[in-house]
Amino acid sequence: MNRIRNLIRSFTLSELLNGMRLTGRRFASRKFTVQYPEEKTPQSPRFRGLHALREYPNGEERCIGCKLCEAVCPALAITIDTEEREDGSRRTTRYDIDLFKCVYCGFCEEACPVDAVVETRIFEYAFFERGEQVMTKEMLLEVGRKHEAQIAEDRKPGSLDH
Amino acid sequence: MTEWWIELTSPVPHVLLVSAYMLVFMLVLIGCVAYVTFAERKVLGFMQVRVGPNRVGPRGLGQPIADAFKLMFKEMILPRDADRFLFRVAPLLSMTPALAAWAVIPFSENLRFADINAGLLYILAMTSLGVYGVIIAGWASNSKYALLGSLRSAAQIVAYEIAMGFALVGVLMASGSLRLGDIVGAQQGSVLNWYWLPLLPLFLTYLISGVAETNRAPFDVVEGESEIVAGFHVEYSGMGFAVFFLAEYANIILISGLTALLFLGGWLSPLEGIVPESVLHVPYLGPVLASGPHWFVAKTCFFIFCFLWFRATFPRYRYDQIMRLGWKVLLPLTLVWIFVEGVLLYFELPPWFD
Repeated sequence: MNRIRNLIRSFTLSELLNGMRLTGRRFASRKFTVQYPEEKTPQSPRFRGLHALREYPNGEERCIGCKLCEAVCPALAITIDTEEREDGSRRTTRYDIDLFKCVYCGFCEEACPVDAVVETRIFEYAFFERGEQVMTKEMLLEVGRKHEAQIAEDRKPGSLDH
Repeated sequence: MTEWWIELTSPVPHVLLVSAYMLVFMLVLIGCVAYVTFAERKVLGFMQVRVGPNRVGPRGLGQPIADAFKLMFKEMILPRDADRFLFRVAPLLSMTPALAAWAVIPFSENLRFADINAGLLYILAMTSLGVYGVIIAGWASNSKYALLGSLRSAAQIVAYEIAMGFALVGVLMASGSLRLGDIVGAQQGSVLNWYWLPLLPLFLTYLISGVAETNRAPFDVVEGESEIVAGFHVEYSGMGFAVFFLAEYANIILISGLTALLFLGGWLSPLEGIVPESVLHVPYLGPVLASGPHWFVAKTCFFIFCFLWFRATFPRYRYDQIMRLGWKVLLPLTLVWIFVEGVLLYFELPPWFD
């Protein structure tokens, strides 16, 4: 009995038609592809993109050269050298992040006691020469200066609430 | 053709005139082939809830032209141990039959290139020739993947050719003629008079064999990306690849057109017998509703869409299942239905066989 039912089912092509009905429905359904350069998907305030080094409003750099980020970095992407400044405070002379090594885990940002190193929302960047992937201290500070408003906004308490 | 056109072209020798028509038709056909590739990407995209190519030109309509230019400027690499002559000739061998078959396809009562009385036989011969291109490409490439692909193709096409041939025998018996014009003429009446209804099993067999014959999904083990890279055309690049690609789509158009002619009444209007005679004389509206080449084109487009639909829906058949379907299901099915049809013909069952 079952054999006969299967035979009828295969000769009426019902299963094939079922499949085609499904694809036919999808054919007419609404498409939600994001047309990237013109449209962009919404980003979380916690988005982890390109790094930046922040400064205080008075222009003093936040980083105190404690090397916690260097220690926590699982990909060993951060290299730091420190020296004593004339006023007796410790500051970095070198702060490099190799973006080829970086895995964008955000541990550096979490480890930082003074909120100096952060990951911004920037994700559209490219390198054209070997060596360009190493972000130096000056480059990182520059990114921080340029995007300070957005960085501060994203780190305000309750920025995820809305 | 209208009077003034005949008047205008009368000083031109007939041979030249026909050659010019053919050249124009070829170019139009190749243009259509290019846009079928575009339609395929769009339809597949839509069925996968994507939008498909939409960057080149308005709505992506420039895509096939961009693709053609890209392929033209690519190098055609000749493998070191390949058979130089056969390697170059194989793409042409698969393209030519697909185009040559159009010589006998009637677009309407009078619109056709050649009206030969064994048209169906000619079509059968031409569509079978296409397999040589595939086999020769596989052999000449001197690559094991290409050879495997072409062996699969040979076995598959031979298997399905038989079922396809028997489906055509059914059409022959019903219409009593090998002339494609007569076959369409015999389907005159209404939608119910078309052969898809009395020959439903043969119609489905023909469609399935057509998909297998053109090596399309779900019967595309010949190309089988997951196991033999690209099958018979792995070694081809640049224009050689482009010609194989075009041949595949030219074959799809051809098989779709034939299905429309043989089972769906070709240029006959589906509204025949429904729309009153007086409406057919209304300017503009009348010619659209009446029988004409536009109905043939519309039916062909429908089947082309079906080909793309099948590809979007069905997973690839396993090789032994393909063979089983061809030899143990479709072939007996056509034989049985030809017998049934013979009985129906003997008793002259109306409205089809009286």
